[in-house]
Amino acid sequence: MSGPSTYNPKSGFEKWIDARLPLPRLMHDTMQTFPTPRNLNIWYTFGGILTFCLMVQIVTGIVLAMHYVANAGLAFDSVEKIMRDVNYGWLMRFVHANGASMFFLAVYIHMFRGLYYGSYKAPREMIWILGVLIYLLMMATAFFGYVLPWGQMSFWGATVITNLFSAIPVVGGHIATWLWGDFAVGDATLNRFFSLHYLLPFIIAGVVGLHIWALHVPGNNNPLGIDVNSPQDTVPFHPYYTVKDAFYLCLFVILFAGFVFYAPDFFGNPDNYQPANPLVTPPDIVPEWYLLPFYAMLRSVPDKLMGVIVMGGAIVTLFLIPWLDTSPVRSCRFRPLMKQFFWGLVVVCVVLGYCGAQSVDAVKFGIPMVWVARIASLYYYGFFWVIMPLVGWFETPKPLPASIAQSVLGDSAAAAAE
Amino acid sequence: MGAVGVAMVAWPLIDQMNPSAAALALASTEIDIAAIQPGQQIVFKWRGQPLFVRRRTPAEIASANAVDVSTLPDPLARNAGKSASAPATDADRVVKPEWLVLVGVCTHLGCTPTVSTPAMPEGDFGGWLCHCHGSMYDTSGRIRKGPAPQNLAVPPYAFLSDTRIKVG
Repeated sequence: MSGPSTYNPKSGFEKWIDARLPLPRLMHDTMQTFPTPRNLNIWYTFGGILTFCLMVQIVTGIVLAMHYVANAGLAFDSVEKIMRDVNYGWLMRFVHANGASMFFLAVYIHMFRGLYYGSYKAPREMIWILGVLIYLLMMATAFFGYVLPWGQMSFWGATVITNLFSAIPVVGGHIATWLWGDFAVGDATLNRFFSLHYLLPFIIAGVVGLHIWALHVPGNNNPLGIDVNSPQDTVPFHPYYTVKDAFYLCLFVILFAGFVFYAPDFFGNPDNYQPANPLVTPPDIVPEWYLLPFYAMLRSVPDKLMGVIVMGGAIVTLFLIPWLDTSPVRSCRFRPLMKQFFWGLVVVCVVLGYCGAQSVDAVKFGIPMVWVARIASLYYYGFFWVIMPLVGWFETPKPLPASIAQSVLGDSAAAAAE
Repeated sequence: MGAVGVAMVAWPLIDQMNPSAAALALASTEIDIAAIQPGQQIVFKWRGQPLFVRRRTPAEIASANAVDVSTLPDPLARNAGKSASAPATDADRVVKPEWLVLVGVCTHLGCTPTVSTPAMPEGDFGGWLCHCHGSMYDTSGRIRKGPAPQNLAVPPYAFLSDTRIKVG
């Protein structure tokens, strides 16, 4: 996609195509010869894994849509029909439902990877911004999808999330009504959510295309966070990284299959096996695990509008990271202070997730969980808005290696390769 | 000119998501409340939403009247049958003090709050507790503690007889 193309069409047919639609050239340059830093580790395989996850969700989703009925009176039963009557329907649904969790597991690893190795810094800001956009689209898609089985948690999750918009001053109530198409979540809501749930994955696929395009302009960052200087620093994408990605994808699929076949309801909520009842709210409304940290932030603020702002701000903040980090050094390998704060953030996100799963007045180990969530939310914001800018100014980074080749191969081997 | 054209084309695409005239037609429901015992609440359905009808005990009415309105988080009655600026006194929240009729939708994020009874208390104020995010309402359905910004709404309703009300 960038740099001089090395594609050399051989047959007459290839030349004919290349002169009219150079798609083989594009594939050759991006997936075969693309120069990739030679030191990428396991954490760099999740981009490929995520592409796989998106494809699995789209394929199983199209199949499920052939049997699902988006009607408040029929939706729950149609899902049960998929589980009991449709040939392999249970497999399609469990792959789709667990696939969402696997997708988020992979995306969180992918995001923390980017954060640790400073992959959001110049010249890769656009890759990061597009990535956060994909993450946002994923959350919307997952939310719409969770509503479709029309169980108790589907219905009340939809109620709570759409009511978030009613916190907006003046027009909030109108926006909520507009989203519902009624006075409350109901049949009209379910139908439009199904429409959007079918649409958004294809939007995601489009933004993924942009994400990869933006990636192929500067090329991959790497665990050292230093630029590629010479051809010795890189290896061709194929076969080196196609094989590496495929190997770790296999391990990932084993984990995926483990959930699908041995614990298919591990991530599910038993309340969602009850049909939606607009008159009874389940005692504890819990979102899917991947949204829990944000849910904990929402609940930690005892004011409706402020709670929504704190939760939304946590995601908006992610877009601004490229400009909040002031350090010229990318990788945390050479940032002794930032490395510790980074792991602090990982712990805080897990703690927030734990708090989000507890009931609102829970007390664990003698500590009210709402206060734990408050302190954790403070660290989350503090990390991005205070620690990131300040540490960049005050930290003394460790010396950077001269080149990727020297770091990987040692001085003499790098010299011999010259 | 072009912008006006775009806006005119966009509006039907946006407005189609709003409730249709059929959904907007003010549905009204007649409810028989004869069977409700003092201290009991029964939940009905109105406009697809839960409707609380609670027959209050003298003690519950007294505790609702004992509150100083100026100390409430939301000082407005939120009663469709009163003016928008009516204060949140208990008298402005009811038609007959014994009967409290409310839209059972938490004003925070729309969950259905759980009713409090002396045998099974919910929240600190004897009214309702919303389990979703911990909003507590008193025996007049007024918000007292937690993230909800407003008192539980009082729908438009009238007594057709001593044991029958018409809501909507």
